[in-house]
Amino acid sequence: MGKIDDATLKALKEKALSVRLGIIEALGIDHRGHLGGSMSCADIVTALYFYKMKHSAKSPDDPDRDRFIMSKGHSVLAQYAALAEAGYFGKDVLATTKSLGSVLQGHPERETPGVEANTGSLGQGFSMGVGMAIAGKLDKRDYHVYVIVGDGELAEGQIWEATMASNVYSLDNLTVIVDMNGIQAMGKTRDRYAIQNIPGRFAAFGWKTFEIDGHDLADIVGTLDKATAVKGAPTAVIARTVKGKGVTFAENSHDYHNNLLTPETREKAIASVMAM
Amino acid sequence: MSDKKIEKNPRAAYGLALLEAAKANKNIVALDADLCTSTQSAQIQNNLPEQYIEMGIGEANMVSAAAGLALCGKIPFVHTFAIFVTARPYEQIRQGVCLPKLNVKIVGSSVGLSDFGDGATHQCFEDLALMSVLPNMTVFAPVDATEVPKVVRAALAINGPVYIRLNRNDTPLVTEEATPFEVGKPLVLAEGKDVAICVNGVTADMGLKAREILAKSGKSASVVNFSTIKPLDEKAVRAALGSVRALVTVEEHSVIGGLGAAIARVLSRAPLPTERIGFADRYGQSAHEYEQLLERYGLTPDNIAKAALGLL
Repeated sequence: MGKIDDATLKALKEKALSVRLGIIEALGIDHRGHLGGSMSCADIVTALYFYKMKHSAKSPDDPDRDRFIMSKGHSVLAQYAALAEAGYFGKDVLATTKSLGSVLQGHPERETPGVEANTGSLGQGFSMGVGMAIAGKLDKRDYHVYVIVGDGELAEGQIWEATMASNVYSLDNLTVIVDMNGIQAMGKTRDRYAIQNIPGRFAAFGWKTFEIDGHDLADIVGTLDKATAVKGAPTAVIARTVKGKGVTFAENSHDYHNNLLTPETREKAIASVMAM
Repeated sequence: MSDKKIEKNPRAAYGLALLEAAKANKNIVALDADLCTSTQSAQIQNNLPEQYIEMGIGEANMVSAAAGLALCGKIPFVHTFAIFVTARPYEQIRQGVCLPKLNVKIVGSSVGLSDFGDGATHQCFEDLALMSVLPNMTVFAPVDATEVPKVVRAALAINGPVYIRLNRNDTPLVTEEATPFEVGKPLVLAEGKDVAICVNGVTADMGLKAREILAKSGKSASVVNFSTIKPLDEKAVRAALGSVRALVTVEEHSVIGGLGAAIARVLSRAPLPTERIGFADRYGQSAHEYEQLLERYGLTPDNIAKAALGLL
């Protein structure tokens, strides 16, 4: 397992490029937005929407669809870009993000086609995923629930309530992906709660864990295939990522956790992403 | 004084009502945070175990998971003590349940002083205020065990968030099977001309007793019950109050943000002189008997009558 053919990989890389350009489009000019965290999970979001998940813009209410929840809701720009790319709404809508009356709000809301839950208050999206996974078990449906959390978000106590509950209910239809970019709003994650050994923490709660390079699409899809094959336990994929990945001047810095692009830096950002 | 009324337990009535509803609708699921005997969600655990989800002592996760269940078509009833199910996961209710208007029912048990022995940490005088301020939330405070099943059915008929508060103890029955329950509309329990005593839950019987005390002083009091705190229909409230000159509101809740506040809000364009009896910006304490606490904090027929006389 874990091997995809070159053509699939090439197509995924193109999708990842489109998602990154979509993030920049959604961010716009002179409006603050969460560039760094959106870029760090862009490859994971791409792999989910364009390789792994069973979903369709034509039947967004299909009860058997896989569910995706961006628990680190501030990184929703990556999801918006993927949803536009997948045809849930026009790519022209991206530029309306956060403008008055837009269907694309600053954090995920269900009014947006393709968005499953209202998230952004950290820790809560994970638990919503737990509820969806329990519902899948109760209804004997074979959909899978994917949740992206941030490593900074792991400081929320609710994360560990959800981790315990998932194991008790043997939610093997739930995969949580930790976007471990190491940087939160005000600085380095290790300078805050210094959450060491994230895989070990999930494993201690009975989860099956995987560690990947969160920007290596072959690694991501291969590991997601392994994770969804696990039976009897929830799975956590700990993804080593780079905050701002692709926009070199924003990489590994909290300066672009929530910041704006000027016409000049926007051009630089696009050129940087194109050169990836 | 009237004869002592028959008393029945609202939470026991709730458990049976939920069981009946859950038998008829397989999408109903009961969630609890390790207090299912107290909340009576144990009726589901014991009789329909496939519709019971034990969430452990993690209220935040319980509420957000309920949102996830509702997003997949389930109708979650979320249970624990009122203070733990409203105040602790408050933001989860706001963000995950009320903002997206999900079909989640929050059921707060052991309201007011009704968990008399456990003391201030387990008593709750804030739930109506906390739940009422949330957009999309409907707030019910059933008056007695007879009314509880009607409230459960009304909650189910609403496709959206509902909060129900329940007393822990046996409380006097003031309604009958045939008594109507209408969302948003007060119920006149007894007619009167001079003053209206506005009540809900355990205070209803106190209001009826206060009315008899007032009658001895030649004053005519009505007793009007408010099992819906939100939404409250102004026309229906004015119709129920009739032409009284003053109001006494009596609640087992803080005087800030509860029944008295809800009535004041709907009457604000043409208010009536009102005395509010309830928890006056303070916490409770332990006691061996519920009645000791009700008396200690002024929730008595005598106190209500005195307040009414002061207004007339």
